[in-house]
Amino acid sequence: MTKKNGPAGWQEITTGCVVLRPGSASEYHTGSWRSQRPIWDNSKCIKCGICYVFCPEGCVQQTEDGFFKANMDYCKGCGICAHECWPRAIKIVEEG
Amino acid sequence: MAKRVGMEVALAVAEAVGQCNIDMAAVYPITPQSHIGEHLSDLVADGKIDAEFVTVESEHSAISAIIGASGTGARVYTATSSQGLMLMHEILPIASAMRLPLVMGIANRAVSGPLNILNDHSDIMPQRDSGWISMFVENGQEAIDLSIQAFKIAEHKDVNLPVCVNIDGFQLTHMVEPVEFPDQELVDKFLPARVPFATLHPSNPVTMGAFAMSDYFTEIMKAKDEALKNSKKTILAVWDEWAKIFGRTYKPVETYKAEGADILLVTMGSMGETAEIAIDELREKGVAAGLVKLRLWRPFPFAEIKEVLTKAKKVLVTDRAVSFGGPGGPVCGEIKAALYHEAVKPAIYNYIIGLGGRDVRVSDFTSMINQVAAADASKVTDTYEFLGVRE
Repeated sequence: MTKKNGPAGWQEITTGCVVLRPGSASEYHTGSWRSQRPIWDNSKCIKCGICYVFCPEGCVQQTEDGFFKANMDYCKGCGICAHECWPRAIKIVEEG
Repeated sequence: MAKRVGMEVALAVAEAVGQCNIDMAAVYPITPQSHIGEHLSDLVADGKIDAEFVTVESEHSAISAIIGASGTGARVYTATSSQGLMLMHEILPIASAMRLPLVMGIANRAVSGPLNILNDHSDIMPQRDSGWISMFVENGQEAIDLSIQAFKIAEHKDVNLPVCVNIDGFQLTHMVEPVEFPDQELVDKFLPARVPFATLHPSNPVTMGAFAMSDYFTEIMKAKDEALKNSKKTILAVWDEWAKIFGRTYKPVETYKAEGADILLVTMGSMGETAEIAIDELREKGVAAGLVKLRLWRPFPFAEIKEVLTKAKKVLVTDRAVSFGGPGGPVCGEIKAALYHEAVKPAIYNYIIGLGGRDVRVSDFTSMINQVAAADASKVTDTYEFLGVRE
């Protein structure tokens, strides 16, 4: 689990567990759930962006050179990008 | 001065809710329902109350809509019954976990099957562990009073929880009773505008109903449990204030001729008034029987129940619902749990009565009490009986 700066004990929980600070969910690095990770082979990549479109986390981003990569803080290793990549530029490998 | 009028109780509840300056109500109209929602929609349509009345496509939507509205800081109401309450079930614990004040009138009616919809408590009992404050009324006047008090309790800064007011279906909701409405001026003073702890507003965004995994879920459930238990202080304070302003007293556990009683009968809801007549008859014949009426179902009044019931030799608990394959009736199960650690405790007898609208007469109460009076307390067992069931 990611270390979070949330309340420690039950008495510190806000009424109704309301989150008063917008955008704080981004501090929750759900990438820690991952058991597999995507690896891009840019020699096969045609920069079509289908990985970016299909990523359910929205964590695939285009870099300055036009290729794509995943933000590993949030990538859960679902493999959808590799499944959708028709030039087969993405492969999924075991973590660790 | 408040005027006494004759009115169907469901309509009286709608009138009372109309006195509470609500902002929004959502009610689904198909049977099983009561006339509460119907009359409330009339009051809005006729311009008698300034509120939004949202017509929804189901009870699931009705409760969801008032949760959303409560999140914006509105004062909200809904009413339901039987199958409608069952359809709301999924949403009820969400309202309490989000600590959103809502008020719901429940015309207690049997759940299917078989299809019945007459009066019993089988609709509210499956909602028991939803984290709502749950109160029962005995007559039309109490239905009016508690419907108004419910807003003050729900919205209190130390509570912020949904409240349901249980009003026996048909036996109460469809009866014409003499009732009096409190003066509007006094209600306005008693019930100030809601001050929400947070609101959904575009200029100050917050998240309500966020996701929480195993690292926080236990703490959130503990906070919810403490909030419900703590609400009792506010409930008592609100009832004190009500007694001072309006002269009618409410307690979590109320008694009738319980002083010096060897046998105490326990009822919850409208049957209490019938039971009082039975107690009068028995007292005249020299039977030392008394009555204990449970008003507050959640948070359960453990201290008050212990104090009154440990004084009797025998306790006869009536239930209008069955916990199938369990301890018998849910009220009796709670009372047994309350008394378990007491050094001196009464023998407890449980009767399941009044299911699916079956009449419970004065003679039913006297016959139950006579049976219990004749029983050998040393031989009491963990059994329960369906009163009058045909063999």
